[in-house]
Amino acid sequence: MKKLWRFKGGLKLPGFKSLSNSRVVQQAPIPARIILPLRQHIGEAAEPVVAVGDKVYKGQMIATANTFISAPVHASSSGTVLDINQYAIPHQSGVTEMCIVIETDGADEWDPKIQANPNPELLSADEIRVRIREAGIVGLGGAVFPSAAKLKPTRTIDTLIINGIECEPYITCDDALMRSQPEEIIHGILMLRKLLQPLECIIAIEDNKPEAIAALQETLVKLKTAGVGSVNTIRVVSVPTVFPTGGEKQLIKVLTGKEVPQHGLPYEVGTVCLNVGTTAAVYNALYAGKPLVSRLMTVTGPQIKQPAIFEVLIGTPVENILAAAGGTVSDNYTLIMGGPMMGMSLRNATVPVVKASNCILVEKSLAQSKTTTMPCIRCGACANACPMNLLPQQLYWHARSKAFDKLVHYNLADCIECGCCSIVCPSKIPLVHYFRFAKTEKYEHEVKAKFADQSRIRTQVRETRLEKIKLEQEARKARRKAERLKKSAANTNVSKQASAG
Amino acid sequence: MAIILLTVLALIFGVALGYVAIRFRVEGDPIVDSIDAMLPQTQCGQCGYPGCRPYAEAIAADQAEINQCPPGGESGVQALADLLGREPLPLNPENGAADEGLAMLAVIDEETCIGCTKCVQVCPVDAIVGAAKHKHNILDAYCTGCELCLPPLCPVENCIVMRAVDMTTKNWKWPNPEVKVEERAA
Repeated sequence: MKKLWRFKGGLKLPGFKSLSNSRVVQQAPIPARIILPLRQHIGEAAEPVVAVGDKVYKGQMIATANTFISAPVHASSSGTVLDINQYAIPHQSGVTEMCIVIETDGADEWDPKIQANPNPELLSADEIRVRIREAGIVGLGGAVFPSAAKLKPTRTIDTLIINGIECEPYITCDDALMRSQPEEIIHGILMLRKLLQPLECIIAIEDNKPEAIAALQETLVKLKTAGVGSVNTIRVVSVPTVFPTGGEKQLIKVLTGKEVPQHGLPYEVGTVCLNVGTTAAVYNALYAGKPLVSRLMTVTGPQIKQPAIFEVLIGTPVENILAAAGGTVSDNYTLIMGGPMMGMSLRNATVPVVKASNCILVEKSLAQSKTTTMPCIRCGACANACPMNLLPQQLYWHARSKAFDKLVHYNLADCIECGCCSIVCPSKIPLVHYFRFAKTEKYEHEVKAKFADQSRIRTQVRETRLEKIKLEQEARKARRKAERLKKSAANTNVSKQASAG
Repeated sequence: MAIILLTVLALIFGVALGYVAIRFRVEGDPIVDSIDAMLPQTQCGQCGYPGCRPYAEAIAADQAEINQCPPGGESGVQALADLLGREPLPLNPENGAADEGLAMLAVIDEETCIGCTKCVQVCPVDAIVGAAKHKHNILDAYCTGCELCLPPLCPVENCIVMRAVDMTTKNWKWPNPEVKVEERAA
């Protein structure tokens, strides 16, 4: 048994996982239109390399990544590029961003250039990294950080952590992936091992997923008997079910006892953390040569008729997925992308599924669940529940008064928005909403201050220039006047001499 | 004895203070700088002064109230009140309303522009580029939205107009939880 640590705070939440996890993974139908946002990851948006009217194959790169922190986008089915324009993206605000829209032809024909690699073991570390980048792989746990950038740490790695936690209620897609594709995950880990050279690899799974733990352990034994010796370094570790163990910093604390420094990254404590879905995508990219064009996704909640786990083509509109799950029970529902704790509510169902989408939760309409907020009584329950050791009640006061320096002092930026404080608050204060509000207000304040500095400098530069021009003009005027005087004096002298002569 | 001692001490301190006053002299008025740092640098002149710096100087000299700057808004007045230890005042409505929501930028319609360079000359942050009898254009990244280039300065109708910047995931803000959902919709 491995020694485990505990992080402070966290909650035991009801799972609601059985709604969907008893079903087998289904293939979601190919939609008539696929909408692929150019930014489905953290970092710069990808740049389109196709034009309207082009015929594209499934798996063909249609937008390329030009900066280090970016990821390319691939067509998730074959068809014709219909439009490259602003479309609504899955975001709390309901704003639009540049998307490539593909009208599918139904053939779902793979790009003929994509071929399986018979000997992925022969690839060098750099080749593996390039292929992971070109396959558009990003962290599928929700943060969507481009994986290739993460796999280039500047120090030695002790522990490679494969995150199979899935601690939010309702979500089951990682569980389903671990049960249905354990071999892919382990082969993916072996490839990542080559890149990072860690001392050990840990697959962390919560103890409420015994089938997934068993499936991975059996596969490890099977591979070992088949003579794949390197699986010896891989261990499956069962961890207690506490929300939010799936958070990167929390999981590293639980498995290694180390804390990632503030504003730091996991590699600074010798760890790299990747989601199981990302690992399976790495397998697909290196063994089958296939880019990231689909993902597993849970469709669940009290308002959906047939909760299910789908393999969804990225870019499929949410409404198509809802229809595939038998539609909604009534018209009174709220759509949440992600889980009930950290997910975002969607304004409409036309937005596409993106690389980050692990779940569509169809909840009762918000209007039906009216809660009355009471004043803060300073009970401190939120501080006990906070997994980041913050003081939510202090942050709450300062968020209300927009005291930005105080918010910095109380480390607002470290809030992971897990929602534990809001759940335990006896006064039903939507604390996380306040913190998100304060974060965007603070960001705007900083942007404005920076812009003001720029404007101040530009004004000063302009004023000094105008001043200089004015001085020059005056100097020129004075010089001309002096010249004129001299000339007229000379003229009078000449005329005087002439009259004298 | 005591008188001599005190006189000597006074002389020593006097020399020391005099030296420090010359050696560590601060150029300019630091209070003007800190007031100027709080102002939004729109350079719009709505306060009645020809720019943010002159307004800061007027506040420092007690010639102007702290509530004359509409782009700074109520929060700007509050910040100035905290800095100067004065009572916060409601924003002076005569100077215009506070800026709410997304920032506004000036845009030139290139079809209408006659190339008169009037706006180029007046822009306080050199955000307008153009030469005589050539189309002008405004650099979005520098425009403060001061509206100084709008008609009547611009002699052509509908040439320069104000436009709100597009809302993106970067400048979108979470709504204030204190404001009720129904009020937000209204």
